Amino acid sequence: MLNSRRLILAHFWFAFAGFGAALLLGEWQMFIRSPLHAWIGDPELYYRSVTAHGTTMAYVMPTLVAMGFGYFVTEASLKRPLIGLHWAWAGLALVFVGTITAIVPVALGLDTVLYTFYPPMIGNPFYYIGVVLVVVGSWIWVALMSVNLYHWKRQNPGAPVPFPMFATVAGSYLWGWTAVGAALELLFQIIPVALGLSSTIDAGLARVFFSWTLHAIVYFWLIPTYIAYYTIVPRAIGGRLFSDQMGRISFILFLVVAMPIGVHHLFADPEVGSGFKFLHSVFTALVTLPTLLTVFTICASVEIAGRLRGGKGVLGWLVVLPWRNPVMLGAAFSFIMLGFGGAGGLINMSYQLDSTIHNTQWITGHFHLIFGGAIVIMYFVIAYDVWPHLTGRALECVRLMRVQLWTWFVGMIVLTFPWHYVGVLGMPRRMAFYDYSDPVIAEQAASVAMSVIGGAILVVSGALFLLVLARGQAGVRVEPGAYRFSVAAHPPRSLPAALNGFGLWLGLMIGLTIVNYGFPIVHLLATPGTAVPAVMNRAAP
Amino acid sequence: MSTKWIAAVRDRWFAVSVSITAGLAIAGAVVGFAWLPFEQPGQQFHGVWDAICSAAGLIRILPGHEQVIQADYPITQFEVTSRVLRRASADSIGRGATLALRCTMCHGARGLSQANTPNLAGQYPVTIYKELLDFKTGARASAVMAPLVADLNDTDMRDLAAYYAYLPRESADHVGGNEPPRIVSNGAPMRSIAPCGACHGELASKVGAAWLEGQPVVYLRAQLAAFASGVRRNDINEQMRNVARGMTPEEIDAASRFYAGQP
Repeated sequence: MLNSRRLILAHFWFAFAGFGAALLLGEWQMFIRSPLHAWIGDPELYYRSVTAHGTTMAYVMPTLVAMGFGYFVTEASLKRPLIGLHWAWAGLALVFVGTITAIVPVALGLDTVLYTFYPPMIGNPFYYIGVVLVVVGSWIWVALMSVNLYHWKRQNPGAPVPFPMFATVAGSYLWGWTAVGAALELLFQIIPVALGLSSTIDAGLARVFFSWTLHAIVYFWLIPTYIAYYTIVPRAIGGRLFSDQMGRISFILFLVVAMPIGVHHLFADPEVGSGFKFLHSVFTALVTLPTLLTVFTICASVEIAGRLRGGKGVLGWLVVLPWRNPVMLGAAFSFIMLGFGGAGGLINMSYQLDSTIHNTQWITGHFHLIFGGAIVIMYFVIAYDVWPHLTGRALECVRLMRVQLWTWFVGMIVLTFPWHYVGVLGMPRRMAFYDYSDPVIAEQAASVAMSVIGGAILVVSGALFLLVLARGQAGVRVEPGAYRFSVAAHPPRSLPAALNGFGLWLGLMIGLTIVNYGFPIVHLLATPGTAVPAVMNRAAP
Repeated sequence: MSTKWIAAVRDRWFAVSVSITAGLAIAGAVVGFAWLPFEQPGQQFHGVWDAICSAAGLIRILPGHEQVIQADYPITQFEVTSRVLRRASADSIGRGATLALRCTMCHGARGLSQANTPNLAGQYPVTIYKELLDFKTGARASAVMAPLVADLNDTDMRDLAAYYAYLPRESADHVGGNEPPRIVSNGAPMRSIAPCGACHGELASKVGAAWLEGQPVVYLRAQLAAFASGVRRNDINEQMRNVARGMTPEEIDAASRFYAGQP
């Protein structure tokens, strides 16, 4: 039952239009700082582009996908119209206005501060205000997810909450809480300086606040992907979900341990004590648990499908899987990239190993592989899977979808593997040009050029993706029937309260945040003399 | 409601999950705060509590160690921010004009020098004020400027800064529009030299960085040489000394000529 098709389609189209534009900027950045192009005269142009690319890809696109998919899951899994449709449109409008408000000053070169803000650099206030509006718009979605779940539970006392809805609400709570860090930084530190109310800023404290958001935001991006693993993949390939409860525990673990770990982004920062860095490192290691649980559950679910299709033996079930099915293909690619990206992530979160790749191109390679690769390829799969239900039209170009997923996978590997490699060689990130004629870095030139080719493949793949969706809008009218999520091998008839609600887990999430962030924040707030003069970012007079 | 809460707290899930989480946090804290600090070579802790304070990030002053190393020469005492010396009053500019009469011999009647001294017309007020202050405190040494600023008080220096900032930048005898040399537009990444233009105009400008365009080439070259040799050291974070030390004589010449030739 889908009543809010236009709302959901609007979210997806807005997300993917921004994605297409930001993808072009990304490839331009790769190109102009590669040996294939002469040094650009004005590095500010590069930072302008990086800021727009990062803001769109990190804040706008995934937030809109999570919101749109969240509304879809609400109606399709609870089988009732969305409560608060007008609020949902208002949330979307806020995200839209926020995006325009933020991007215009970036395009004018007034905010070349990158999407991670990097105080004490301070740019034009409209950029920050725009980002705040995007976050506030998404908080409306967080509230609506909660309200819809609450009403459903009141009408179905004791019944198990449908798993897709449970996972979506877990993701919304995670985002609601993790966005608080960046919101505090923007509202109490950066925006007052940008408006001229203060001329100094505690950059160390600002970085601590941002780390509160910076890591868990990755899990917020990841959650639609994980929901797709659990609720779309088994159904699409004709299998069963191995365990409903195991899925719930994975999302609960994300909710609890994804938050108090952001200080691993600050290993090289002097303002946080080494004890807290270690503690955050420990909890970062724990995030592998829900991922390993998921890998196990999904592999088991896929094996069920393989055996149902007649696969025999230890590996025979792999051969008979429907590899020509875009969902199967996308999930497999996603898993491969998640494996490599996750292995790289283990290096980033290790206090000592991190020092070898800190602030190098390894990091950019890593988050492009995880986010742009493992996560975004499942956004494509989600879009392909739900599109006929949203448009009421057939999506027939399956071959084109396969080509698109293959090119995205190959492009992402060609882009990010050399990127990791030059990072290990010590190539710093966030630089607009490199002197490849210098013997010290001359050997990096070939790898960087390879990454540019990977980026070009991604641009082609991104264009194919938009083409598939556009053709879907113009396809033959069909009645796709009711949308179905995966069914568990043993659907739960009743669940312990802990696996059917969030009170306990939200308590643990907030408690761990206080334990892991409370002292560093209070200490920095109480220590005098930690503020430094803001470096105002302004165009050349 | 209260019975529901009690039931939730008595639930086995509650006890197990809270215990595991607390256990992990405590174990992690013991390792991170009480054990690992002692494994760091060269650390001198006075007991476990001292190690815990260190791991928590508290600022500790070890006996016999000065917390802040003081420079053995006069340093700039003025903190440059985007808010100082904004919006001068007409009175201030007027007083500055009167005081500036004593500067005209070198810096020209309207702040435009014919004597290879800096052109002050249109310079940022922060820059003029800071340099006057540094001449007065000795942070920047100059046999010519030191006696001239000796009797200026703080208001005088602010007025002078306001007056010169108010004067129009005129440089009719300069031909502008040259292509910037690479050191200005790109710096030298392999030697950690940022582009001159990232702070001093051409690409962007930063608070505290002087307006260089149209300054005499002899003056610019001399200042870069003074930064490189350490004779001039009133850049509090050594940002100019670090840059100038790494520049080649050709780059110093090219950057000086470029800025001198800009309108």
